[in-house]
Parts: sequence; C-alpha cells; structure tokens
Amino acid sequence: MKMTAVSGQPESVPALLARNVAQFGSKPAYREKEFGIWQSWTWRETAEEIEAMALGLLALGIERGDHVAIIGRNRPALYWSMIAVQRAGAVPVPLYQDAVAEEMVHVLDNAGVRFAICGDQEQVDKVLEVQESVNKIEHVIYQDPRGLRKYDHTTLHALADIQAEGRAAHERFEKELAAREAELNYDSTCVMLYTSGTTGKPKGVVLSNRNIIETAKNSAEFDHLRSSDDVLAYLPMAWVGDFIFSIGQAYWTGLCVNCPESAATVSADLREIGPTYFFAPPPVFERHLTEVMIRMEDAGRFKQWLFHHFMAHAKRVGPAILDGKEVGFADRLKYKLGELCIYGPLKNTLGLSRVRIGYTAGEAIGPELFDFYRSLGINLKQLYGQTEASVFITMQPNGQVRADTVGVPAPGVEIRIDDSGEIFYRSPGVFVEYYNNPDSTASTKDAEGWVATGDAGFFEEEGGHLRIIDRVKDVGKMADGGMFAPKFVENKLKFYPDVLEAVVFGAGREMCTAFINIDLHAVGNWAERNNIAYASYQELAGHPQVLDTIQGYVEAVNKSVAEDSMLSGCQVHRFLVLHKELDADDGEMTRTRKVRRRIVEEKYEDLITALYSGKSEQYTETEVTYEDGRKGKITATLQIRDAAVVDHVGQAQVAAE
Amino acid sequence: MTMMQYEPYETPDGRTIGNTLMEMKNITLRFGGVVAIQDISFDIREGEIRAIIGPNGAGKSSMLNVISGFYNPQEGDVWFRGTKRPPMRPYLVARQGIARTFQNIALFDGMSVLDNIMTGRLNHMKTGFLGQAIWWGKAEKEETLNREKAEEIIDFLEIQSIRKTPVGRLPYGLKKRVELARALVAEPELLLLDEPMAGMNVEEKEDMSRFILDVNDEYGTTIALIEHDMGVVMDLSDRVVVMDYGKKIGDGTPDEVRNNQEVIDAYLGVAHD
Repeated sequence: MKMTAVSGQPESVPALLARNVAQFGSKPAYREKEFGIWQSWTWRETAEEIEAMALGLLALGIERGDHVAIIGRNRPALYWSMIAVQRAGAVPVPLYQDAVAEEMVHVLDNAGVRFAICGDQEQVDKVLEVQESVNKIEHVIYQDPRGLRKYDHTTLHALADIQAEGRAAHERFEKELAAREAELNYDSTCVMLYTSGTTGKPKGVVLSNRNIIETAKNSAEFDHLRSSDDVLAYLPMAWVGDFIFSIGQAYWTGLCVNCPESAATVSADLREIGPTYFFAPPPVFERHLTEVMIRMEDAGRFKQWLFHHFMAHAKRVGPAILDGKEVGFADRLKYKLGELCIYGPLKNTLGLSRVRIGYTAGEAIGPELFDFYRSLGINLKQLYGQTEASVFITMQPNGQVRADTVGVPAPGVEIRIDDSGEIFYRSPGVFVEYYNNPDSTASTKDAEGWVATGDAGFFEEEGGHLRIIDRVKDVGKMADGGMFAPKFVENKLKFYPDVLEAVVFGAGREMCTAFINIDLHAVGNWAERNNIAYASYQELAGHPQVLDTIQGYVEAVNKSVAEDSMLSGCQVHRFLVLHKELDADDGEMTRTRKVRRRIVEEKYEDLITALYSGKSEQYTETEVTYEDGRKGKITATLQIRDAAVVDHVGQAQVAAE
Repeated sequence: MTMMQYEPYETPDGRTIGNTLMEMKNITLRFGGVVAIQDISFDIREGEIRAIIGPNGAGKSSMLNVISGFYNPQEGDVWFRGTKRPPMRPYLVARQGIARTFQNIALFDGMSVLDNIMTGRLNHMKTGFLGQAIWWGKAEKEETLNREKAEEIIDFLEIQSIRKTPVGRLPYGLKKRVELARALVAEPELLLLDEPMAGMNVEEKEDMSRFILDVNDEYGTTIALIEHDMGVVMDLSDRVVVMDYGKKIGDGTPDEVRNNQEVIDAYLGVAHD
C-alpha cells in the first residue's frame, strides 16, 4: 500500500490508514467482544482485512462512484467495509439498522445503491424485500452467515467469501486498486449520510475527505485526543457522530475503536473497556443515573448515608475542582476521601473511570444530570452540531463547561446570527451538497458557504457561549402575540426522570397544552416500590397517582417558566399522559429519537381538540406498528388534567416570599 | 428385527430428513394399575422435528421419560441407532447423545447462566476430579474447549447479556432459553424438549420457535418435542404423533393429523363410552 499524497498530509481516509500502518502498525485499531472474549486487530491486520475486501469488491464489479449501503450494528468488519468501499473508488452509505424495510426504500432508491453490505439475516431480509422496488440493487453481502445458508446465493455473498476471492484475485486487481486509490483526494466524496428527516424525507448529505479529515483534525486537537485513547462504538453507524468518532478521529489520531458484543451488553462492555473518550446522548446518562439511584435505595443505612453525604460534598465542590478553580484545602481533602470511598467505585461501576473527555449532544441535558456526572470528576461536556457540518459547530472547552450553553465555535467554524435569531455557520466541515437535490442544497447553503441551521439562538454576552432556544420554525407566536418556544418547556419537563418525552402545543392558540410520555423504567420502578399493580404501559400511564405526580411536575415547570418574562406565556394549562410511547416505527419520531411534531399533531388531532375543548376525558384509537412491521390498534380513554399556572403578578409574590 | 428403513428426502426449505434414528416398538408403561402408555409405536427420523401432542394426561411426558431412560417400560423395546437399547440409567442415555429440557425448569438457581450451561458439558469431560481441582495438564485444555463450546451456544441463543447473571434472577422465558442452551451444549444427536413454550407470551413463543428451527437447521439436531400449543406444533414439526389416554390416535404430517377425525374429537371433546 502506498500513500496517496506525497506532500505529507494524507488526503483521504485510506491514505490515513496507510499512514497509521506505518506509524502504529502493531497497536490495536479495533476490538470486538465475541464469544465472551475481546478480540483485537492491529492497524496492520486491519489494513490487510480491508485490502482483501476492496479487492473482493473489485472482483464483484464495483465501479467508481457506486453507492454501497452498509447496514448493521457496530462491528469492525462493517467499519472496514466502509474503508474498502472508499479504496475501490466508491462511496459508503451507512443506514440505520432499525429502520423497517419500507423506510429503507427511499434511501436505497435515492442513492441508487448497487451493492448492500448487511450485518446479519435480519438486514439481508429487509434488503431482499425491497429489492423488487429498488431494482438497482445487484449484490447483497452479509457478515454473519447464521440462518442464511439456504438462501439463493446467485447475487448473495458472504463477506468472508468476498475477502477470500479478493485474496485469490490479488494479482489481477492489485494495479486497479492502487490506481483507484491514487485518484482519491481532498475533494472526493468520503461518505454519504442521510439526515434523520425530522421534517420530510431523509436527504443524502455528501461529505468529502476534506470535510471529514479537517473536522477530525480540528476537533481532535481541540480535545488533545491521542493514539492511546479508547472509544466505544455503540451508536448507530448511520449517524454522523459515529462516523466522525469511529472513523474520522480514529483514523486521524490512531485511537482504538471498541465494538460491544451486542446491543444488550453495552453497559457491561463499557465497564470492561473503560473508554477514555466517550459519547452518549442525554437519555443514556439519565438511565445510568436512574440505575445507580435505584440500587442505592437497596443499600444498607450506613452506605446510603455515606453516599448521600459525599455526593452532597461533590455537588458543592466537584465541578469547581474539575474546572481547576480555587477550592479550599479541607474541601479538597474531603473530596479526595470521597473519591476513595464513593466517586471512584461509582465511576468504575458506570465504566467511566478512565474517561478523559465525555460528550453529550443531540438534545438538551438536564442541569442536575449534567452536574451529577461532573461532580464525580467526569469531564462531561456539550457540543452542538449537525450532519451538514460534519458534526462540530460549537464545543465546550475544558474549564468552561455549563449545562445551559453549548460552548464556543469549534476550531475553524465561523458563526453568525441573523435578525430572526437563526444560527448560520461556515466551516471546512460544511457538506458538499445534498445528493441529487440542488434545490435543497441551495436553500440550505448560500454561495459563500454559509449554512442555515434552522435553530434559533444567541451568544451570551459574557464568555461568548452559544445558547440554543428552539427550532426556528417551531418558535411561533401565541394568539396574544407572546413568544411560543415549545422546546424550552419540553426540555424542562423532560429533565424529570419520570418524563420520557413531552410535546407542547400552543402556536396561534391562547394557551399551551402538552402531551406527556412517561418513562416506563422510572415510573415502573416507582410503582413497584409503592405496591401499585399494573399490567401494561397503558394502565400505568393512566394511573391516577401517576397523573398526580406528573401534574406536580407540570406545575413546577410552570413556575419556572413564569420566571422568564419573554416566555411566561408558555405555561402548560392542560395536559394528558399518552397511552403509548412515541415511536420511530410509527413515524412519530426520527430514528435519532426526535419528535416529528407535524405527524404527532395530525395523528392525535382528536386529543389536541379535546385538550382545547375543556373536556375531562377523551376516547381514542391509535394504530401502532410492531417491531416486525405488522400493524395493530390500541384504544384508550385518556384523562385530561388542568394544571395550575402562575400569572405574572402572582409570580412576583412567589419570588418575594 | 430391525428398525424401519426410509429413503432420505429433502424438505421444501432445504433440510435433509434421513433414515430412522430412534424407534419405539409397542411400548406399554404402567404405574401399578394405571396404564400411562398403551402399546405405542412410532419412529423418529434423523434431522426431523417430531412432535408429540395430546390433551392433558395423555401420557406425553411419560413417553419422553421413556425415551430419556427415566422410566423403563414394562413391555416393548426402544431402538436407537440400529440397535435395541437395554434398560438404561438416564445418565447413560445422555452419553448416547440424547439431551433434554424439562417442563418445570430444572436449572441451578444460584449459579450463573454460564455455569449452568457448563454443566451440560459434563459428559464431555474426561479428566478426573483431582486433575480439575488442581487445574493441571489436560484439565485446563479441556475447560477451555468446553468454554468455547458454551460461548458458541450463548452466541447462538443470543444470551450474551445474561452470561454472568444468576439464573434465579431471570424471567421465565429466558430460563427456558438457558435450559435449551444447557441441553445444546452437550452436542446431542437427539434433543428432547418438554413443553418448550409453556407459559410464554406470543413474542417469547415466536423467539423460541425460531431458535428450535435454527438448532435443527444449523446443527442438524433431531428434535422430539411435546407441546400444547397446536399452532406452534403445526408450524414447527415435520411429523406429529397424537396421544390420548395413553394411546396413539394419530401419526403423520401436520396436515394429515389436522384432518384426522379421532384427533379432532380428542381435542374438541366427545363423550367416551
């Protein structure tokens, strides 16, 4: 293998691979737990595997510019296949593995996919199912042969066979492979990733080698990532973040990518690997915290006292110590003792002992949750980004971390905010185009390279940190002309562990109302402790005591919303607890778990009408989609409750008391 | 006397059903004056999924216990792999390559899933107690091999996440799966499943059906199963034996059995004179 760019800096991911083989040849590049043991591959072995795949793909007839779909859970072989595809001059297109077949049709069709590389039988079945409607798919390749032995193998291949053929055809295709690899440069396409489609059909975001490598380089330098770092790859491969962490930054710095044994073993694998660089969306951190708290309640009196005593101390001085601020000697000493008794073992249980840099993004994180982790001495930070930016728009520098802002512009990123409050950015990571969609490209990215985020926000005067308010299109006006920012209220509601999801309505209306989804894990546990019997999610969600609790939360949120003079009109007057969880399979959320507001509004129109009509209950029928794609119907009669609101005058009194 | 001879054939889904693996000839089992099984004959072919069905108290579990050597019938012979089997203790039957699961889960509650599964390798352990205790020579190699096999089955049945969990803490459906794992790790030629789906919800039943088919497909294991759920039986099995009051009232493919008047009567109930 040769370096493509003679001038020093590698200009493609395959070139970075070649550099890593030369620099870190015998250092582990990938690990995966299989058969109960962590298997590992060095950079040299990785390069050999990738080469065999690339040659095998050439033998199968892959052409320059072909789009190759990659569908499956995070496994080294699938990561390798992405690099192999690039080496063959084609473009990898990772897809969400939990998408149902019909959702895949649009993406496979839009990208004109000729080859699909699947993780297992489940994914193969889906691709074969849509193959009739997407007739461009010629070959399907799978990694795990289980259950596939009896399938017609005319155009179906095992990845291992492709590699064997590649090794056998070494002589024939070596030159062709080298030629194609030599053509890769900073402007050639590195990957195509589909947006989650909050508003419409997913769009293919074309990212070049420049986008990926420059972004990876800048962000890796920002956080001082190095080749001795370990990252756990467990978030969807189709998500831009995973591509940047597990490929961009991993290849730039030479860090090791660790793949869990299965989706169900992630927390155990996390503990075993102890990553130094960790990324998780807020719900993951929240689940961990809930688990800790539940287990603490089962602990003995003395242990509970110890835990609460030291946690209170950590809350007081932990974040300050982490930020390197001045803290008294006695407090430091006590913190050290706490580290010995509580924080250290706790971090170890969570698998976060070795974390140097942790990130959370995707949605707002509750201040208490955020502070909990930081007070333990875990350097958890926030970033703000999107697929179109190759992730990074703003990041929080060490020592300047806060729960309510998303940090300062990432290195190389310029930000401007227009009169309507919308955030625009320009950076080396800005995407090339939406695939086959010049109209959307033009409406998102202007001639000078400024990209509209669709988010409204502002810079804080002190410190220059960016604060996000909401999606621009969701920020509306109430009937009385007051500002309506649903996300602001929803986030406050979601900070309660019992509330999984909240959707607030009120644009153009005289008052705000809300749908609430309870968190089955948290509420179920509470029910167990209080001897409350329930047979289903629906029953628990409609339980009067649950409704009382939720009402308490809504009223507390109303108080806190009322404190903000601009948004005090957004208090929730009436609410109901939904009888089912909002689900991506039903189209109510995106695969990245963001609520699709319009769809929810249409689907539950009857409930919204009831919220505004003053009724105290409403009967409803809802169609649901099961995991295997079958449809069913659930019916329920939902209670609608009124929540106390605080008016402006009253609020002044509350504050005075 | 020999066993029934069949020509191997291939099923529509591509599995090969071979010659007779086991044959029960005129089995009668009595407990004192109670006749549990009365003059029943049937055979099990290599690679097939053979179901034994019937209403409560029909003698299905007794039949399975005869196969596994737990009961010795008063009359009749059990033929296995071409030879007549003398009355035999269950552990000797197990050594012949027959493994089973139980209707009422019989796992070691306090032990982890992995340890439970490892007990299934007992028949493959050649080293002695002392060698294993001091962890010396062959014992170490043997355990590595056994662990590899156990991990292969853990992967196959997708129970990686509970590998270290004590069995007592698991929900019912998973316990059933662990039991299947313990039976499978013995690498049996014939797998006996006693009501593998009893007490499961629809989703768990579907999972278990999938695993049973996969076991048969991937490892070529012959499976004899007892089941109450008619829908499941008809979907899974190649041939079905129907028992009622200790007698065989039907034997054939699911379709044949479904249209058998006696079977319909037994399930829907008619007055017995």
